[in-house]
Amino acid sequence: MPKTSDPRTRIVVDDVHKHFKLRHTHSIKETFVAAMKRKKLVSDFQALDGVSFEIGEGESVALLGYNGSGKSTMLKLISGVLRPDEGRVLTRGRVAGLIEVGAGFHPDLSGRENVFLNAAILGMSKKEIEERFDSIVEFSEIEKFIDTEVKHYSSGMFLRLAFSVAIHTEVDILLIDEILSVGDEPFQQKCIARVKELHSQGKTLVVVSHDLDMVSDLCERGILLQDGKVRIDGASKDAVALMRS
Amino acid sequence: MSTPAEERFVAPGSTTGLIDVFRRRYLLSLIVRKEVGIRYRGSVLGWLWSYVKPLIQFLVFFFALGVFLDLNRSIDYYPIYLLSGITAVTFFNESFANGTRSLVDNAALIKKIYFPRQMFPVASMLVATINTVPQIIVVIAISLFFGWAPGVLNIAALLLGLVIIALLATGLGMLFGAINVTFRDAQSFVEIIVMISVWASPVMYQWQMVASKVPEWLFSLYTLNPITIAVELFHYGIWFPLNPGDAATIPGLWPRSALALGVAVLVVAIGELVFRRLEGRFAQDL
Repeated sequence: MPKTSDPRTRIVVDDVHKHFKLRHTHSIKETFVAAMKRKKLVSDFQALDGVSFEIGEGESVALLGYNGSGKSTMLKLISGVLRPDEGRVLTRGRVAGLIEVGAGFHPDLSGRENVFLNAAILGMSKKEIEERFDSIVEFSEIEKFIDTEVKHYSSGMFLRLAFSVAIHTEVDILLIDEILSVGDEPFQQKCIARVKELHSQGKTLVVVSHDLDMVSDLCERGILLQDGKVRIDGASKDAVALMRS
Repeated sequence: MSTPAEERFVAPGSTTGLIDVFRRRYLLSLIVRKEVGIRYRGSVLGWLWSYVKPLIQFLVFFFALGVFLDLNRSIDYYPIYLLSGITAVTFFNESFANGTRSLVDNAALIKKIYFPRQMFPVASMLVATINTVPQIIVVIAISLFFGWAPGVLNIAALLLGLVIIALLATGLGMLFGAINVTFRDAQSFVEIIVMISVWASPVMYQWQMVASKVPEWLFSLYTLNPITIAVELFHYGIWFPLNPGDAATIPGLWPRSALALGVAVLVVAIGELVFRRLEGRFAQDL
């Protein structure tokens, strides 16, 4: 039984299983033909197979693993986009995911409108957004283009603004998926610095990235997932070393 | 010691559904504003397009039924009769069809960020409302030339009709929208409902014509359709104050309206229930 009474626990993942059914047929006709030929109609893919861990307040944790090891699935379960099939996931406090930022951006809206829309999607109130609008724009360094439609942005500008919105949300738990690889080198450094700053303010971080050096620098703890199971849960340096071996 | 709500453990992705949508009114208003803003972006006529369609429909019905089939003679102020009915049904159709597609259309968001997804069908309904209100004003403006002088009851009927359709369309939008995520068949099915809806209510003809042709039980079934009642409420609000000759409201309009409202609320409840049941699969099925 996890200690949900511990006031410092932020995330509880308790024996979580998640599997996906992959349908091989997509219409009645295909299903019929496949059934006649006695082919498999669905196959099961076990993305997470009994994963348990707890993350406390102010911890920074790297979820590591190769492609398809279930890292992103885990992150989506914590953000609430997916729900576990078995076991349970609990979070305490406000959660915001930097999961592929810019998902809520609409190309036909101006940068300004997109900032408001996305910040609201990430759970901010009108007042909070208005208070932070200037610093969001300043961080993104695209003041000149803020009233231009986003479809005219370069991909770098787009990601800067999207990241800037996400990083300014008022959160207790921040989920980061491959985001720190955006933009040019100076902007990347700025983003990492900002994430570290949030961490020093006591925010809880969960990071998924393939940039192992960056991750082991940013996070103290590492959880290595392999075939849907936790292989190692310890210091991030050790987890990275094991992964590289 | 009690812990504040912010500090309690919750299972991510579990919501109070529809209630949450209204708790996050600001986001809802932004989504509605976005939809309104982008729908006709890049077209010269813009929002006028949403008036062209009902207008053309009106002209077709007016000439085919009013002139050629002579309904102009048997129903007083037939153009107003037609327009008020078409406005009601168009509101329903737009809200329902867009609500059904809304989840698939916003797949990118639903797969990546969690927030109450009922937001989308509700937003579709609100966008349709924003579209419909000016249409009603136009119809009323035309009626004013014919001496439209409504009482309080007429206005109340009009509003009640709007509420019934809004609820019904939201509930059905959630229901079919949720099914549409896994089975896109829902979309095609809804297109058929939309096609029939204008014929299944007294938009072009009068309810008396149905009552005189079908057995009583079938007529009862006919009046159970909340859209039928909403259309009649629209007639009562816009067409009736013109004092058309030998016109009568459907017998028991008010009790039937209460029933229609009840049906609409029930549909919302069913829609919400099914939505919640299926919601867990949205992110993986889209």
